[in-house]
Amino acid sequence: MRVDQDSAKPAAPPLQASGLALPRSYLNFVGQQIFRLLQTIQGVGAFALITLGVTFTKFNAAWRVTHPLIRTQIDRAGVRLLPGVVFFGLALGLVIVAQTVSLLQRVGAEQYAGTVMVTVLIRELGPLATALLVLARVGTAIVVELGLSRAQGEVEALEALGIDPVHYLVMPRVIGLAAAIFSLTVYLILVAVFSGYLFIFLQDVPLTPGDYFNQIARALRWEDFALLALKTATFGAIIATVTCFQGLAQPLRLEDVSDATTRAVAQSVAGCVAADALFILVYVVM
Amino acid sequence: MNTPASIDAAAPLIELVQADIAAVLEPDVALVERVSWQLRPGEYWAVGGWHWSGKSDWLTTVAGLQHPSGGQHLLFGEDITVMTQPELVAARLRMGVVFENGGRLFPQMTVRENIALPLRYHRNCPAEETNEAVETVLALTGLADSAPQLAGQLNRGWRQRVALARALVLRPEVLLLDNPLAGLDPRQVRWWLDTLAAFNAGHAWLGGRPLAIVATTDDLRLWRDQARQFALLQGRRWLSLGGRTELIASEESTIREFLAA
Repeated sequence: MRVDQDSAKPAAPPLQASGLALPRSYLNFVGQQIFRLLQTIQGVGAFALITLGVTFTKFNAAWRVTHPLIRTQIDRAGVRLLPGVVFFGLALGLVIVAQTVSLLQRVGAEQYAGTVMVTVLIRELGPLATALLVLARVGTAIVVELGLSRAQGEVEALEALGIDPVHYLVMPRVIGLAAAIFSLTVYLILVAVFSGYLFIFLQDVPLTPGDYFNQIARALRWEDFALLALKTATFGAIIATVTCFQGLAQPLRLEDVSDATTRAVAQSVAGCVAADALFILVYVVM
Repeated sequence: MNTPASIDAAAPLIELVQADIAAVLEPDVALVERVSWQLRPGEYWAVGGWHWSGKSDWLTTVAGLQHPSGGQHLLFGEDITVMTQPELVAARLRMGVVFENGGRLFPQMTVRENIALPLRYHRNCPAEETNEAVETVLALTGLADSAPQLAGQLNRGWRQRVALARALVLRPEVLLLDNPLAGLDPRQVRWWLDTLAAFNAGHAWLGGRPLAIVATTDDLRLWRDQARQFALLQGRRWLSLGGRTELIASEESTIREFLAA
């Protein structure tokens, strides 16, 4: 029997004794990382469900206090980032739109310019670039401010006053970031499309404004508008949930705040990319 | 949950039964073990302990902000582990908490906004409707001139007063104070002791009802002539010291050391 044959063999030396400690410790390391990843997914998932529940059940509770907080978050993550987004849109117009149309024209495929614009800019790059911009400018600030509040006991003070921290601190940020990323993405796309044509014009590409905008309009479908809104709101919700989770959901010391910020950025990027992949599947199916 | 009217006047407001108190930042570490204690209406407790004896963690547990790692914790007659979230919020509104080191205010808000926040949140009313209550509490705590200032700009002693005002604005039945006299000058200490004595005796702001007070301290001497019940947290144990007479007459070396410190 096979078992007998195996047992008859001399025992293999332990990995460490044979100088091969790396594979086992490497497996341990990988196992630990996978376990931590699953724990994080569980934690963020539970926090997201709690936030969703609170948003639906308490949206209008204490609205005189919480709705101004939502407006503050929209102002902070949306209005104040508008100049940055306009600048970014101009850069995208130059780098993506003008270069792409110029290249397509050289190979005689300018009739595909609209399709390329819609696929690259409206479906993919616009929402993701805006989300990353908001994460860098606002998401990191959220982790720091909530982490400091947590470390200094202000969250416990809220609880002692009977104020739900998820309702007071998290819900306004989730709604604010979702609305802000959607609005900023629309501005980013408009600026990129218009500035793109400006750069095309400056490069003397023989493409009239009518042809350019007609191509884009023909390539757009109604699903693009719905999915753009859904996708950008999802990105906002992911960034707000992850950053609030890292700032709030566990007891923090002051020295833990910087690590929590790094973790929040990495997890938010991973979450947005994962959501983006799911939306690509939706586009493919549709 | 029981309504205030249905609770016997002499029934404990807060009760710990063989409770183990965990560290807030490390829930697996028990700082104080097997605490059995009751707080009844109108009582005035001073709970002493050296630094790192677990006073703040004990008070945080008493306030229902963390569960004991063992034993039972009853808030207004209900076991905290079976209370629903609305019941827990209702219980918290009957308690005021003043935290240590400046009271954990919201530094980006003004003094007035800090005090008005719990009223505005629970009544869902505009700031103007809270003015009367806020002005009264500001006057009671001597903060009228500081009302428009940002809380973060005040020194620790005044922040502590704002925290007291914020705790009192909801007219609580129980006031929990975490080392409120730490770092205060004698004049401020006198003000705190006089103010707390007035509320414990039954203040008009609370409709004449005596306020049950629990204060932790690292210097029991300051409270010796004010509080009526005393306890000590030492060596992970809860030592109930009895009343003022028993405290002063005690020959136990631990208590003598604490009072002579």
